[in-house]
Amino acid sequence: MDLDPLLLSRLQFAWVIAFHILLPAFTVGLASYIALLEGIHFFTRREVWLRLSAFWTKIFAISFGMGVVSGIIMPFQFGTNWSRFSDATANIISPLLAYEGLTAFFLESAFLGVLLFGRKLVPRWAHFASAVIVAVGTLFSSFWILATNSWMQTPTGYKLVDGRFFPVDWFAIIFNPSFPYRLGHTVVGFYVTTAFVVVAVGAWLIRRGNYPTEGRLMVSMTLWLLTVLVPLQILLGDLHGLNTLEHQPAKIAAIEANWERTSPTPLVLFALPDQKNETNHAVIEVPLLGSLILTHSRDGVVPALKDYPRDQRAPVAVSFFAFRIMVGLGLIMLGVVALSLYLRLRKNLTADWYLRLCEYVGPIGFIAVIAGWTTTEVGRQPWTVYGLMRTADSVSPSLTGTDVALSLAGYIIVYLIMFPAGGLLMRRIVRKGPGTGDETGPVESGIPKHPVVGVPEGHR
Amino acid sequence: MIFDLVPVWTFILGLAVFFYVMLDGFDLGVGILYRFAPDTHARNLLMNSIAPIWDGNETWLVLGSIGLMAAFPLAFAIIMPAVYFPILVMLLALVFRGVAFEFRYRDAEHVTFWDRAFHYGSAVATFAQGIVLGAFIQGFKVDGRHFAGSSFDCFTPFSLLTGVALLFGYGLLGACWLILKTEGELQTRSRKQARICFLGVLACIGVVSLWTPLASPDIAQRWFSWPNIGYLAPVPVITAVLAILEWRAIGRDEFAPFLYAVALFAMSYLGIGISLWPMIVPHSFTLWQAASDPSTQLFLILGTLFLLPVILVYSGWSYWVFRGKVRADIGYH
Repeated sequence: MDLDPLLLSRLQFAWVIAFHILLPAFTVGLASYIALLEGIHFFTRREVWLRLSAFWTKIFAISFGMGVVSGIIMPFQFGTNWSRFSDATANIISPLLAYEGLTAFFLESAFLGVLLFGRKLVPRWAHFASAVIVAVGTLFSSFWILATNSWMQTPTGYKLVDGRFFPVDWFAIIFNPSFPYRLGHTVVGFYVTTAFVVVAVGAWLIRRGNYPTEGRLMVSMTLWLLTVLVPLQILLGDLHGLNTLEHQPAKIAAIEANWERTSPTPLVLFALPDQKNETNHAVIEVPLLGSLILTHSRDGVVPALKDYPRDQRAPVAVSFFAFRIMVGLGLIMLGVVALSLYLRLRKNLTADWYLRLCEYVGPIGFIAVIAGWTTTEVGRQPWTVYGLMRTADSVSPSLTGTDVALSLAGYIIVYLIMFPAGGLLMRRIVRKGPGTGDETGPVESGIPKHPVVGVPEGHR
Repeated sequence: MIFDLVPVWTFILGLAVFFYVMLDGFDLGVGILYRFAPDTHARNLLMNSIAPIWDGNETWLVLGSIGLMAAFPLAFAIIMPAVYFPILVMLLALVFRGVAFEFRYRDAEHVTFWDRAFHYGSAVATFAQGIVLGAFIQGFKVDGRHFAGSSFDCFTPFSLLTGVALLFGYGLLGACWLILKTEGELQTRSRKQARICFLGVLACIGVVSLWTPLASPDIAQRWFSWPNIGYLAPVPVITAVLAILEWRAIGRDEFAPFLYAVALFAMSYLGIGISLWPMIVPHSFTLWQAASDPSTQLFLILGTLFLLPVILVYSGWSYWVFRGKVRADIGYH
């Protein structure tokens, strides 16, 4: 078999980013949740909030550690496997990535140390502030990395000289057309992902009976949050879709598996897209609905794949199914939230069957995030910089298929060890439960010989 | 552009890389020495001495790589594929040692899988960084704006030597950190380890200092031609003085060994800089040829000049919070 360094590099990037994105998908939301719990505890001094915070902080520590190590790998991918992309785009994207490091990574790592190990070493307010700063850091990070990704999707503010991109207008580069929508949709998606995990864990704690109070707090409070965020997320998704229609119509054509221009356009619910023969098999479609959803009008025309040359079309089946998985999961989420409102009215939120359901849907956000990411990333192929630089022209010229096969094998093996191990470890923490505040209380690592000045009595 | 920002960026990037080497150097060094810790108690101490700060230290690696991409993108695009495998191995090794902080069982009486992962991950990552350093000093085969050699070119006798040199170097930093953070028997043990690593470092500095001018006429010319030899003579002289001070400090002081070890690193770093100046891709591109667009440099410098001091302040604060001798009976688990 002939090993293609381009294909293998793409697989490698997909592999490392798919695993990496699971962690910010969880830690961005969890950092905010911990900051909230710390805040409630700071003001109310009720001990149960401390227990909740300490419990989730332990899980956060593991997932954040995994996020750091899998994240360090990412910028190196640009250099090792995508050197021509780096050479062409560095003038534009590298400051954005550098600002991510400068504004987010240092902030997170420095204050995470204090959050995890410093509860007894610093004043209460400083510990609370550290939790907030870590949460803010994760949001800064999302801001910059999504600005970078969005620029690659909808590039503006540049000029192209000899195949390389040069900055013209930094504001236009950062706030490129798809950025606000992508940022909103992604961050809310991350919050939703975390919230479903928290609900699932809370539901499990209630059902097992050891920690009903803690479990109920987690479930009720988080379901309120989801009641707001899930409908908001669906709205943001719709807006993001309209934005994509405007700026990346070819991606919409692939997502909808729409080969021919028709008016009004039907909505394809299910099909087996056939890229080679430019058609769909086994189609189930609803007339008119495509136009209504995408153009918000009765006779709007949806872009078609045949508008574009064959070598400028994304892999249709992958975009098509990934998008449907994401939307389907979104509807399930909406159902879970609607049920929670119904049960609240009947004052029976902790019905056993519902808690069971909550446990099952715990990982739903992760799958939706991966599906959404796949939709947007596969849908913009064959480009790295949309419409301007091809993925095929981005790969490092010196790499052989064997080189990349070896490295991909390395990443696969290591991730298949690390991720399950991390998952098991988090499961063990959940099984132990929130415990008592003292036993799980974060403690210092290097302790001064004399007492720390400024620590309030009763907190040592 | 009114100002030439290339020297500024050279300084900032140089500083970032040096911070990385100094900071992650000592915590990787602790990982290298971890294998020789006598028991669970000692392992917990070693781990706890760096647990709150390691990921901040590793963040300098991200800044170094992104900084290279931002300031000298051509160098980034040529060097990274050229050191494909050492980078890969380093990253995978860093994964193992990084998650080991959280994954290992703190109460395990025996050495567990993740204890080994921590040690070997640290050692392999260090060795791989040494290979990158050696390959960088030797230079790369370049065609136009691309690396044109094979992914295996970077493995040479010289780069293997620099790999070993870095193992001793980080080991020395790690041992000196432990002299500072531990007491009693463990401290005595760390002093012994520091001595061994120090001798290794000295030998490696000597061999590299002879090898590079012998292998490269340009570097020989740089150091030994008149009047350079006069200007540059202080470099080896100061290094020798530092070596003597370090040897004496290891036996009796607490903080000085770490300080002198860092100073020795700084001198070696300076030596490499002098040998290669003004090239960022040795033999092919100068700093100015590889530099990014002035607008990019300006856009990034504005934030960096503000953010970098802030980062140094709060990173310093987080070190201050965890000052003093480390204890083992603790950890937030």
